[in-house]
Amino acid sequence: MTDLAMGDLGAFVRRDATGGGRLELLVQGARCAGCMSKIEKSVLALPDVGASRFNLTTGKLAVTFNSAAGDPGLVMRTLEQLGYRASLFDPSVARAQEDREGRDLALALGVAAFGAGNAMMFAVPTWAGLFGQELSPATRQLMYWLAALVATPCALFAGQTFFRSAWASLRRGQANMDVPISIGVLLTLGVSFSEVLQHGAHAYFDAAVTLVFLLLIGRYLDHKLRLRARSAARDLLALQAPVAMRLDDAGRTHGVPVAEVRVGDRVAVAPGDRIPVDAEVEAGSSDVDNAMISGESASISVGPGDRLHSGALNLSGRLILRATAISEDSTVAAVARLMEIGAQARGAYVRLADRAAALYVPVVHTLALATFAGGWILGLGPREALLRAAAVLIVTCPCALGLAVPAVQVTATGRLFRLGILVKSGAALERLAEVDHVVFDKTGVLTEGRPRLVNPTPALIAMAAPLARASRHPLAQTVAAMAGPGDVAHEVIESPGLGLEGLIDGRRARLGRAGFLGVKPGCGAETELWFGFEGETAFRLVFADQLRPDAAATVSALRALGVSVEVLSGDLAGPVGLACQQAGVTDWRAGLTPLEKAAAIEALKARGRKVLMVGDGLNDAGALSTAHASMAPGTAVDASQNAADLVFTEAHLDSVPTAIRMARAARKRALENFAFSALYNVVAAPLAIFGLVNPFVAAVAMSGSSLLVTLNALRMSFEGQRR
Amino acid sequence: MTIVLLLAPISLLLALTGLGAFWWTLRSGQYDDPKGDATRILDDHLDDGPGA
Repeated sequence: MTDLAMGDLGAFVRRDATGGGRLELLVQGARCAGCMSKIEKSVLALPDVGASRFNLTTGKLAVTFNSAAGDPGLVMRTLEQLGYRASLFDPSVARAQEDREGRDLALALGVAAFGAGNAMMFAVPTWAGLFGQELSPATRQLMYWLAALVATPCALFAGQTFFRSAWASLRRGQANMDVPISIGVLLTLGVSFSEVLQHGAHAYFDAAVTLVFLLLIGRYLDHKLRLRARSAARDLLALQAPVAMRLDDAGRTHGVPVAEVRVGDRVAVAPGDRIPVDAEVEAGSSDVDNAMISGESASISVGPGDRLHSGALNLSGRLILRATAISEDSTVAAVARLMEIGAQARGAYVRLADRAAALYVPVVHTLALATFAGGWILGLGPREALLRAAAVLIVTCPCALGLAVPAVQVTATGRLFRLGILVKSGAALERLAEVDHVVFDKTGVLTEGRPRLVNPTPALIAMAAPLARASRHPLAQTVAAMAGPGDVAHEVIESPGLGLEGLIDGRRARLGRAGFLGVKPGCGAETELWFGFEGETAFRLVFADQLRPDAAATVSALRALGVSVEVLSGDLAGPVGLACQQAGVTDWRAGLTPLEKAAAIEALKARGRKVLMVGDGLNDAGALSTAHASMAPGTAVDASQNAADLVFTEAHLDSVPTAIRMARAARKRALENFAFSALYNVVAAPLAIFGLVNPFVAAVAMSGSSLLVTLNALRMSFEGQRR
Repeated sequence: MTIVLLLAPISLLLALTGLGAFWWTLRSGQYDDPKGDATRILDDHLDDGPGA
């Protein structure tokens, strides 16, 4: 963080014509009014800052600079001093966050609500006329004209979303849900006009605009769901700080977005940071953790000339690297290609609502056509026959269908969101509900992904702790954390990639690799540290990646859901076998390459299994996008989070069964809603065919069915509370 | 019946005013930060208008 704040972060400022600029940051931990005023005032007091505005709802701070001298690094340091962690937003990403579509939809919803309410005001007196109340034809005519005046422009304006989508779909030679909706709205308006012109008693202006209003509610909910998931996913990625520290010719570091690193650039990587792009070590030596890339749990030591993959974690020493690939090429090309193929396969997935529409459209349109033709042939006359055909289209309107799925999915994802599980799309939830086989990655998913001491001897830990406290190396920090606060050794010298040397109570001691202490390394692939005082026996500290505490419970919970469990890992057979034995998984394979992982998933798919892949590393990205559904923990690399359908931010593995349970419940509710819509249509269609539907019945039936479907969806809010 | 001819336009005008007000709130970004706006009004030093 300190390194980052010192660099030049100009690339994150969106410049304007006057030389000033705009910067967007994600600020964590600010929740109250006090935080908001503290942040805004402190940032505003900085030189060259023209405005600072904190959005408490989204946690984003927008800073406007008056001149080119405005310093983003100073803003970040100020926030850090106030105690908030700030991450920068890429300007291109920040711009994409403006929600134009949402505003347009909200306006359309407002116009439709106005139209529905006011058309209803003129329609109600005419309904009175339907029940034998006194209403002269002239008054009815006036009311209809007034209703037409309000409803027609409103329905045409608010319905644009549906008309455009229907037109686009027809031009591709398909019929989506918006085609019957558009036909329904336009035909209803047309028939109503012709009725009023011929002084008829049945005009449906209010029904047309109410239909648009109800359907827009569903559309708006769907949009909000996608928006929330998208922006939450972007926040997660911003937290991973996509900044590389580039060195210029004078040796100074500049923070640049990773995407701007070119082949041949020199990049500095501090201990604890990830390697930004594929690169070769130019200077420095260190230990590197490849767990994210290959799944191997043991770290390797690197020095000048060694090649590193992006995503690897630098553990101990500062490294100077020369980039050998740009960011987009840095993920292994094969993995990227696999991800693309997977995404295409997923694009072909037909959503529940579209499957319902494929059934609904031909049936209802044939029925309406048959009513018209049959009525005319049986002697009703063309006008009455057309009116009945229109009534069929109106009462069987897909209102409930259009609301059935979005209402359920918004409620379900809202609940999952509060449980720390982020769902990227409604389709993802539908696919997750169909899963019957779960494949876990080992490192970082089944296990915690960081080393724990296997042989904790309190006396030994207490002896080594003063040295361990002086280092940022993760293994040393594990020892220091176990010992708790205490003294720090004096005159500590850290040799990157080797270990530490220092004085503890006046005695010289070393903590580090076996070679650093002059002893023989222990056998096997275990991660180890040695500790000893000068001239005395050295002691061995063995580390291993521990199983997550809830791994075994998760596996049995999944079995209880009727889902089989398998582990596919890139790690060695020893640690994988041990972890699987502890977690209760009998089906496992070790030493797999990313390609083999994806191929294993393909093979399962070919046998007709619906696979859920849970993985976090770069080696899982291909498998994640090949699988029917996928989940990744919030600690996963960017590529995996992008490939996954769901991201769980809580450190609990039981998020997996919870999400499956919720997805299945959502599917059940959606199907219930479809069943209800079908039942309603079965009752309403014959009524319309035999001319028993009047504008009043149509209005009540339409609103009633939509309300019922929405209420059924809201029952999802209580789902999953009884676990 | 003449009263209807008078009342109908008046009620429509009132409703249109409401719709116009809704359009204005949308355009001026008053739904962008509901949580923040609720607390801004309580602090004299904060800018209490909606964000740009």
